Amino acid sequence: MSAGPPAVEVAGLRVAIGGSQVLAGVDLQVPVGGVTALLGRNGVGKTTTLRSLIGLLPSAGDISVLGHRVSGWATHRIIRLGVGYVPEDRDVFAGLSVRENLRIAETGPDLDYDRVYDLFPELRQRSRQLAGTLSGGQQQMVAIGRVLLARRPLLLVDEPTKGLSPKFVSEVVDVLERVRETATILMVEQNVHVVRRLAQHVIVLDRGAVAYVGEAGDLDDEKLARRLLGVSA
Amino acid sequence: MSTFIAITISGLALGAVYFLIASGLSLIYGLMDVLNFAHGVFLTLGAYAGWAVAAHLPRLGFAGVVVAAAAAGAAVAAATEVLLIRPLYGRPISQILVTIGLDLALVGLLEGGFGSDSLSIAVPAWLASVTAIGGERIPNGDFLALGAGLAVLGALAWFLRRTRYGMIIRAGAENRDMVRALGIDVGRAFTVVFAVGGAAAGLAGLLNSVVFSGALVNPTQGDQLLIFAFIVVVIGGLGSIIGSAIAAVLVGLIQVYVTFYAGTGAGLAQLGNVSVVLVLAVVLLVRPRGLLGRAA
Repeated sequence: MSAGPPAVEVAGLRVAIGGSQVLAGVDLQVPVGGVTALLGRNGVGKTTTLRSLIGLLPSAGDISVLGHRVSGWATHRIIRLGVGYVPEDRDVFAGLSVRENLRIAETGPDLDYDRVYDLFPELRQRSRQLAGTLSGGQQQMVAIGRVLLARRPLLLVDEPTKGLSPKFVSEVVDVLERVRETATILMVEQNVHVVRRLAQHVIVLDRGAVAYVGEAGDLDDEKLARRLLGVSA
Repeated sequence: MSTFIAITISGLALGAVYFLIASGLSLIYGLMDVLNFAHGVFLTLGAYAGWAVAAHLPRLGFAGVVVAAAAAGAAVAAATEVLLIRPLYGRPISQILVTIGLDLALVGLLEGGFGSDSLSIAVPAWLASVTAIGGERIPNGDFLALGAGLAVLGALAWFLRRTRYGMIIRAGAENRDMVRALGIDVGRAFTVVFAVGGAAAGLAGLLNSVVFSGALVNPTQGDQLLIFAFIVVVIGGLGSIIGSAIAAVLVGLIQVYVTFYAGTGAGLAQLGNVSVVLVLAVVLLVRPRGLLGRAA
């Protein structure tokens, strides 16, 4: 465990969307290094938490990212601290080629296309293809490749395996396993098997607040997993 | 036949001016969802800047006049985005009201400062001259407008396709939040888009004066053209530069053909303008998203 500040520290995070209170005072810490999984049933505010951390949603409360207090900052300023964000639905730019999707992400230090193409060789072959014509798995490669293009010490990854075929799930998990060696990852994930393989720490949200903080191994407890997540471990 | 060629070139030149105006409107709407009713006054200010350079700095030549027109349009447009539009993103009604208000205020200022009568821009002899093609005398101004339209179309295509800023603009039209989430200051991209659109508008204002208005500038010339530019944008498809180019040529040609062949007899003088509105109505009925606009 690093002696420095946590990669992410949140205190009293509150977010209302359309008059509905989605987050009602989230307090959490993400340690530097490894993978922390943000878990919870559908609709408890996992995606809202990630989007709030980078200023994509207006929020109240204190947010610190990579040692900087970023509450109220514009999104691009937070990202430029060294944060990468992979959204839930990939959000590749459909009308742009794979290469153009990557080129837009040239916003950090140590740009390295070889690193991306080494992790996802298919992207090199499809560099001229419009991203909107890719399969879901290929689009996920683009979405992850965009944040790996520059050196970013913190990655926020929202449901990276959602809707993917088993082949792509395996490929994405392999890549995240390699990436966690060099970056801290805060990951929202519904697939408990993926969480158990990748994560060291888990934070469980329920009704807009943190309901449990522990180690990934805690999910081996069938009763606990069922109570917190509504699924079998 | 030679007359037909002459009016066709005139229609293409008019279409080129419409394209210069519409391209900025379309870019601004495509990226930012802003219906900019102050775009007309960007044209007017470009023409006045050109007049000022021609009148007071004649040593800069016509190239200086062109640069001044484009620079004035770009500067005013960028200032408009930063000072008036930026605080109003997500509030379309407020944006419409503030841009209408800005247009009225600046036109009023121009009338107060320069009077409501037209001012004459000194143009070089070659521009006031003609070139004989197939026995028909074609005004050189038509070729200038055509060349400017093609040059701006090529430059915009290159900018949007080949530069990273162009890619950011195209990406921003799809998903602004994701562009932000990649660490890009979308606000700066918005300012650039406004400036590029304003530069094209300023150039269009100058060309409209020297090619189609007897080298005269007046405070309301931009607003008179703006309605046709909006028609071009809607026919071409909101946000599509190529669609705007096609629609601009279509509108320019229809306008000059109908005006020429219908004559200027009683009740016929405005038939060219009416025909353009009819084309707009047909496009809205048959293809509401325009020629190359994205499906809603």
